Amino acid sequence: MTVSDDQGRAGSPVLTELPEDVSVETEEGRRLAEALQDSRRHARKLLEVRNLSTQFYTSDGVVHAVDEVSFELDYGETLGLVGESGCGKSVTALSLTRLVPNPPGKIVAGEIILDGINILKLSNEEMRRLRGKKIGFIFQDPMTSLNPTLTIGFQIAESARVHLDLSRKAAEDRAVELLSKVGIPRARDRMKDYPHQFSGGMRQRVMIAIALACDPMLLLADEPTTALDVTIQAQILELIKSLSSEFGTAVILITHDLGIAAGMCNRINVMYAGRIVETGPVDDIFERPRMPYAWGLLESLPRLDEERHNRLRTIEGLPPDLINPGAECRFSPRCRYARDVCREHEPELSEREGEGHKARCFGTEPGGWIQ
Amino acid sequence: MTNGVTQRQAGAGDGQNLVEVENLKVHFPITAGIFQREIGRVRAVDDISFEIRKGETFGLVGESGCGKSTTGRAVIRLRNPTDGTVKFDGQDLITLNRNELRSMRRRMQIIFQDPYSSLNPRMTVGSIISEPIETHNLVPSKGRNDRVKELLQLVGLNPNYTNRYPHEFSGGQRQRIGVARALAVEPEFIVCDEPISALDVSIQAQVLNLLIELREQFGLTYLFIAHDLSVVRHISDRVGVMYLGKLVEVGPPSRIYETPAHPYTRALLSAVPIPDPKAERRRKRVILTGDVPSPANPPSGCRFHTRCWLYERLGRPENCRTDDPELRVVGGDHRAACHYAEEALKSDVGIAVVVAGAPAPELNATAAAMAAREASDREDSGRTSGGPSSPPRQPEAAEPTEPEPTRSSGEQ
Repeated sequence: MTVSDDQGRAGSPVLTELPEDVSVETEEGRRLAEALQDSRRHARKLLEVRNLSTQFYTSDGVVHAVDEVSFELDYGETLGLVGESGCGKSVTALSLTRLVPNPPGKIVAGEIILDGINILKLSNEEMRRLRGKKIGFIFQDPMTSLNPTLTIGFQIAESARVHLDLSRKAAEDRAVELLSKVGIPRARDRMKDYPHQFSGGMRQRVMIAIALACDPMLLLADEPTTALDVTIQAQILELIKSLSSEFGTAVILITHDLGIAAGMCNRINVMYAGRIVETGPVDDIFERPRMPYAWGLLESLPRLDEERHNRLRTIEGLPPDLINPGAECRFSPRCRYARDVCREHEPELSEREGEGHKARCFGTEPGGWIQ
Repeated sequence: MTNGVTQRQAGAGDGQNLVEVENLKVHFPITAGIFQREIGRVRAVDDISFEIRKGETFGLVGESGCGKSTTGRAVIRLRNPTDGTVKFDGQDLITLNRNELRSMRRRMQIIFQDPYSSLNPRMTVGSIISEPIETHNLVPSKGRNDRVKELLQLVGLNPNYTNRYPHEFSGGQRQRIGVARALAVEPEFIVCDEPISALDVSIQAQVLNLLIELREQFGLTYLFIAHDLSVVRHISDRVGVMYLGKLVEVGPPSRIYETPAHPYTRALLSAVPIPDPKAERRRKRVILTGDVPSPANPPSGCRFHTRCWLYERLGRPENCRTDDPELRVVGGDHRAACHYAEEALKSDVGIAVVVAGAPAPELNATAAAMAAREASDREDSGRTSGGPSSPPRQPEAAEPTEPEPTRSSGEQ
């Protein structure tokens, strides 16, 4: 926990060498050193997603829920997937774990390379072994993602037993350690409790313990705090932040709340209608959004840190139907800057000012009409 | 569409109270055994008093289970209070009989949170909206269809949609239908119970704007219930903060958000994420430990003392544990229920509004108090995480508070 507290999340997202105050003798130091070695050895990204398309076959037609999405993730980095409901952010996450319900859903194209392995090529059995071990998940609803008939101790230890091949006793010890790590008092006593004996915030802590049980490289958090109150939300976000930096875990945080994304992430992907429409470092996205949808979202929020206005700016209309997306810019029907070219072609995700900052908009391309 | 009040006065009403709530209590019995013997009570709302002035929007915020929705329902007597009085335009709602209550209800309406379950899926939009008109016999039957169309237009829906069913509409559109239904009886007062929290961000702003337009057009008075502090600040003329069945602070948004006098309000504000990465890194957070206690068995004294950072910082004063603080005036139109409101006012915890040149003292004090708390916290509560700025950092003072934010306005 000490490793990155003083440098902040966004300041230096990826460790390049072991900080001086961390000794390799400690467990924490050992983990960090390993993670570092890994990333040096590979000299590659933890995750590369290329042209991922996931579709759902419904009675109304084929829904293009995720449409040729590409992005990368570094070791130890926190990436935000931001967008409104139906934009494809959760389906992207499900695709990364190959948990898209099939039928009706199917990953139809693309590559997902996690730590050098294309997981779309793995057999179901290989995938099952990788899930949980390399990728941990936290879902939105801690009420339904825990099994109500099993003790939480069993549920945490199960994952450690299966993936790390620990004995029953060792797995139990590991579970106790994790439970106290996620801030549950009297951890050993509470191992025997059932999920209904925990409050919403506590259940989400248990979920985090399960997700981290095998020390995964990647943590997928899908709206982890949406069901929680704001003060509990702050606790959980803080916990995810400190544990991910302690374990050197990369995080993909899926959220509709731009405030959470601003506080947690190093980089942001803004999604709209199955596409990534803007991507870049968090400061660039919030200060210089280069896609009208992204700044429209920012403008439509009432904010605590600004003077009160009487009227909020809105994005008129509704997101498009993903059954027949058409060849135009998908935001153009709602965009107040749209011109004919936007209605005829869809722009590519192209470079903007700032490292790694890209946007999908003709208007903000060099020489475009939106400055 | 005519209303008694024609033009909404800027800011607040003319000082007359439309709704007066005094010592309102709503308790729910907990029963057990075959005789349904009462073994305890959930004190959902426990002795609160406030007033809503004519033409103003009173915002009620708090976390889930704090009693804000129950209060909203008791105010229009959808829920019978256990004790206390609720007066609407000077008349005590509790004493009214069925018929009197029904005619009174024409003047007050409610908009619900969930646009999916609050509309009958088997009724057309036309019949949903015209039902209250029929009930109160407001428009002769041949004019009803026109009236429904007028209402649909008013809330920004296509007037030709009268024969459609709720499932044919999106969430935002359904909420507009709910608003049209509420407006159908030309009410003076509308309880908006989390009207936008089920909607997507871009749609939230649309519905919020609609509510503000209608308020101005018809001089409506709102009780606006929400858990989102930024939304409540945006729409309200006065704000009440609830915690565990109690009203802990009441005042105009300028006071509540800029100089909050209750430690809970400050903690709440500090927990709200701000969509500005730089401000987020700079902020000081108080992270409340543990969960909200059960309203069936609330803590003695001040109900917030079990999670209060100020209580820890002041060395756990005894009266916080023994005396329930009164809601008292802390300046102007601003009241707070804290024995140490003056101390809370002095701190800078939880101020989210970026004010140029805002002071940044006391950080070390906060961190120390939190550390002390952490050390002594062995009870059944969660763990304190120090907050992003918890290692005492000096640059706070050196870092100029630049006028934030510099979002591109888009135009040109």
